[in-house]
Amino acid sequence: MLITQIKPEEEILPKISLKRLFIIECPGCEEVYFPAEDVERFINRLKEEIIGRVSLDYLCNREFVKEYLRYYSKKIEEAEAVLVFSCGVGVQIVSSLLEDKPVYTACDTLYLKGFQGLRVQDFDCDQCGECYLNYTGGICPLTNCPKGLLNGACGGAKDGKCEVDPEADCAWILIYERLKKSGKLGILKKVLSPRNYQKIITESLSREEVKR
Amino acid sequence: MSFAEKLKNGNFLITSEVGPPKGVNIDKHLEEAETLKGKVDGFNVTDLQSSVMRLGSLVVCHLLAERGLEPIFQITCRDRNRLALQSDLLSAYILGIKNVLILTGDHPVLGDHPEAKPVFDLDSVSLLKVASTLAEGKDMKGNELDGKPEFCLGAVVNPGADPLQPQLIKMEKKIEVGAKFFQTQAVYDLGEFEEFMNKAEKFKVPILGGIVLLKSAGMAKYMNDKVAGVSVPERYIKMMREAKKGERAKVSIQIASELIKGMKNLCQGVHIMPLGWERYVPEVLKASELIKKEH
Repeated sequence: MLITQIKPEEEILPKISLKRLFIIECPGCEEVYFPAEDVERFINRLKEEIIGRVSLDYLCNREFVKEYLRYYSKKIEEAEAVLVFSCGVGVQIVSSLLEDKPVYTACDTLYLKGFQGLRVQDFDCDQCGECYLNYTGGICPLTNCPKGLLNGACGGAKDGKCEVDPEADCAWILIYERLKKSGKLGILKKVLSPRNYQKIITESLSREEVKR
Repeated sequence: MSFAEKLKNGNFLITSEVGPPKGVNIDKHLEEAETLKGKVDGFNVTDLQSSVMRLGSLVVCHLLAERGLEPIFQITCRDRNRLALQSDLLSAYILGIKNVLILTGDHPVLGDHPEAKPVFDLDSVSLLKVASTLAEGKDMKGNELDGKPEFCLGAVVNPGADPLQPQLIKMEKKIEVGAKFFQTQAVYDLGEFEEFMNKAEKFKVPILGGIVLLKSAGMAKYMNDKVAGVSVPERYIKMMREAKKGERAKVSIQIASELIKGMKNLCQGVHIMPLGWERYVPEVLKASELIKKEH
């Protein structure tokens, strides 16, 4: 039910190991919009490094995805990284189920006004249009950190819990632990640029696909 | 000599803090600050500390500068978007305020206007980068400025954070984008602070250890329960509990000076946060053998 668009290649490729990729696609929202042709083109170029590919409808269904990942666990085990073509919801579900494996997204999720159906916030995607999950271990800091910080913890967390809600885990400590587990702590050293709010104010409204 | 020059010279630095009032009666604060003239190297002025609405940091910095005191303008990302933040940095420079301490800021829900919209358009790292860019004569979009401001940029770090490694990674990022000094969260455990300094030393950026004056045993326990990365040892809590009512300040000064003496050989300065007990700062400095010669 979300609108996704493939990230520019130069944005994804330098970050991921191009060796032994396992691809997961989610055409669940195809009726609305899924960039199927772009995905095909992208995957064709990477062909030689792909060791497995699976298309699963509705990655936002955690239980369903869990079963499938178990079924493909051997292949995923052999992969160096998992590359997901879906909205931010799907990527975060996959990354939460594969804590030891680097999980990357190939897509940005665009803001859709008057959103109907599943509430996005239940699934931690803010439809920001410039997915940060590749820098944050598959955990979204925009929806999980009340300050939406992009460059690390604010320092207010006590015993791993957020200063705003002592019941909630500090998203940045979770991100740190996830990246540490998958041996990718170096990613945290990159200074991320501030969000571009034009992506939710104007770009999503002018998208041809949305107009159609 | 300015704060920035002293930083470059490697002097042992002492900074104190002015917390603007909730209201407009500022005379008492300014008088207290003036008693420290020549004794400290700079005064941090807090920016709506703890998300409580108060008089602004920028104007109090200006009043200090007018009196020949050196302000350190604290600026958080909580209340202003990127336009306002950049504009306020330019305004600070125009008022002769060059020292800026950049923080993310507490969330509004912790303060006295919990219904407020949290801004956080930038974060501490991106704002440091923006301030550095302004000093190069450009705004964050790359547009030329008519005249360049100059800043001496600082940032904060929490030596007691658990886990510590993400703090160190963020500290490194802050240095990469322009932080020239650090002030820390309150330190009560010198062993833990030394461990932190051993890890942070490699960055070669001056670090001023944080000192918060304890006012009571209750305050110490509150901080242990609620404040991230602060652990007041039982020994200090006991000292405060056993102090008679009229002697609490004396005991508090004794604790602070013990910590400061311990820090002298570990870091490059101290940052004293008196939280309303500004009047005791001269005694803390005296007891810590940190009274500077007038200059």
